[in-house]
Amino acid sequence: MNIEIKNGRLIDPKNGVDRNTSLFVADGKVAGLDAAPAGFIAEQTIDAEGQVVCPGFIDLGARLNSIEAELAAAVAGGVTSLVVPPDADPPLDEPELADRLVHRGTEIGKARVLPLGALTLGLKGERLAELAGLKKAGCVAFSQANKQVVDTEALLRAMEYAATFGFAIWLQPQDYWLSRNGIAHEGEVSSRLGLAGIPVAAETIAIATIVQLVRDSGCRVHLTRLSSAAGVALVKQAMEEDLPISFDIGVHHLLLTENDIGFFNPHARFNPPLRAQNDRLALSTAAASGLAAICSDHTPVGADDKLLPFGEAKPGATGLEVLLPLTLKWAESLKLSLPAALARITSAPADVLGSERGQLAVGSIADICIFDPEATWQLTPEALRSRGKNSPWLGYMMSGKVQKTLVGGRVVYSV
Amino acid sequence: MHNPQLNKDGELTHLLSIEGLPQRILTQILDTAASFMEVSARDVKKVPLLRGKSVFNLFFENSTRTRTTFEIAAKRLSADVINLDINKSSASKGETLLDTIDNLCAMHANLFVVRHASSGAPYLIAEHLHKVGRDDIHVVNAGDGRHAHPTQGLLDMYTIRHYKKDFTQLRVAIVGDILHSRVARSDIHALTTLGVPEVRAIGPETLLPKHLDKLGVHVFHDMEQGLKDVDVIIMLRLQNERMTGALLPSAGEYFRHYGLTPEKLALAKPDAIVMHPGPMNRGVEIHSAVADGPQAVILPQVTFGIAVRMAVMSIVAGN
Repeated sequence: MNIEIKNGRLIDPKNGVDRNTSLFVADGKVAGLDAAPAGFIAEQTIDAEGQVVCPGFIDLGARLNSIEAELAAAVAGGVTSLVVPPDADPPLDEPELADRLVHRGTEIGKARVLPLGALTLGLKGERLAELAGLKKAGCVAFSQANKQVVDTEALLRAMEYAATFGFAIWLQPQDYWLSRNGIAHEGEVSSRLGLAGIPVAAETIAIATIVQLVRDSGCRVHLTRLSSAAGVALVKQAMEEDLPISFDIGVHHLLLTENDIGFFNPHARFNPPLRAQNDRLALSTAAASGLAAICSDHTPVGADDKLLPFGEAKPGATGLEVLLPLTLKWAESLKLSLPAALARITSAPADVLGSERGQLAVGSIADICIFDPEATWQLTPEALRSRGKNSPWLGYMMSGKVQKTLVGGRVVYSV
Repeated sequence: MHNPQLNKDGELTHLLSIEGLPQRILTQILDTAASFMEVSARDVKKVPLLRGKSVFNLFFENSTRTRTTFEIAAKRLSADVINLDINKSSASKGETLLDTIDNLCAMHANLFVVRHASSGAPYLIAEHLHKVGRDDIHVVNAGDGRHAHPTQGLLDMYTIRHYKKDFTQLRVAIVGDILHSRVARSDIHALTTLGVPEVRAIGPETLLPKHLDKLGVHVFHDMEQGLKDVDVIIMLRLQNERMTGALLPSAGEYFRHYGLTPEKLALAKPDAIVMHPGPMNRGVEIHSAVADGPQAVILPQVTFGIAVRMAVMSIVAGN
């Protein structure tokens, strides 16, 4: 279908575009900017007056406990591609499982599903999964989700094997031994509330190990969900060394700290934990300076699994539908421009994936988000399409509301 | 931040933690406890303050001692007391904590005394009661994880006030496993709220929480330095499971460095008192000569504990 999107503020961070203009979609691709390409007849015209037209968001971490609801939530949040960690039940460690997930995603036809294959069988950190088979089935990279490969030799071998085929490995840096009993950042708040702590060293030790193994193996590694200032400093150093390393930050970690645990609020339990104010500032600076991508780390948790004492509650928060408003809130607090903020959830994650998506140049796949940056809405359980109603922001007003989402040139969401 | 312990008029409605309570409430509890001391000395040890009310002792974690003192305190206030060892009933059948609470609410409970292995569990219960419109039911924390044991903290304050009269001139040392101790956290908040100018924490680095200084505490690793000229020594119990593994090499080595012996006690002020929340490990954290010596006030603590728990229950649930 030929679609003309007119009168909108077109922001394409990757190509430095920010102007009021029209965009033309044909055959699932961006067919033209400013003026209609020759012979273009619009079958649908979308008036985006007062709205932002930008590449659909690419979310580097979203769990799909119930795939239909979560993919609907994704497009309602402007997310057109999402990377799914392999820690489903069962873990995504066989090509058939990945194949089935990708097919199911295509069938539903909303956001694109980009699975991460399990690096090791059952995510146990022992035997390698069939990486090449998983890749063929559609896995974009390999990961342990937030489990660790405790055995350093196994990790080195996994990285060497992945490097052989040019596969990337995604790791959440957290030392197993220093984090296994912890439930909150080891700091003032955990000391006061009597919560077992996870020290910053859990992250820095893991990063130091991984960086050294990247140096030795040449494997491309993406570090997920950094949480600490010291961790960011180590990764930055490795990046300056031109090692093939990148990282992302969960959007909640840009806005919240250990203090948000308040009186044991289970919605403030995250993995990795929310850390101190200086950690939050370092993460924020890293994201603002373009070092890292921002992701939602969408983790739908049933109400029963949050209505528990802090240490027994499952970590994580719903994220797909708040990725945009929380990213805008973060950018607002830093007086960061809208294109710079949107780059963190479009072109930056595309770069991590080595993908051509996340831009709106002529010829690009037409994955598009149209949103009203001024519109406000209240975050309530009813306002969310996701099955996960778990959020530390319940009751808060959110700024930024998605009006339409296009995937491959099809309108898949419209208010 | 909304403090769930206080109602709109600033009165105590739940006792969840000492932290966040104003000095006037701590003093009110201690004064009320003083008035109950006389009740326990009578032939008929009862006052009718909670007559017709139901107190549920909800112990999700075993503790005969604390549960018994709460039971005695509630009975002396003429309440009906129901003891539930949740370990052995609902929880093992898969019922959630809040389902259990809803069921007990339907049985017309007035007060829950809660002991739970997870820090913060009593907050969850108090918040839930508020959400379901049962602000008429009160919660008293009888120990949650490593977080708080406010009635123990208050009975410790009662003991200190009984022997030392004035908080504002004291040096108090807390010795031992502060990291895992809910008693220590409650004591620290109570002492600083009541105006004790110098609170010391003494222990090896493995048993001290990080950033203790932020709670207004001076940290000592050397017990002999830490005990110098103190007025009050609060010894903490060292749990058996801490004595093996990476925290400590052995009970013997712990005792040599952090056990309270007559020699170490001599470094404190001559009239210093020695407290312990019990149960004691003789020869691990405390020498028998000290535990049974003239400066120990460990048994009076137990007696005061009943009056303090009566005070807390009558204040939160009385009319």
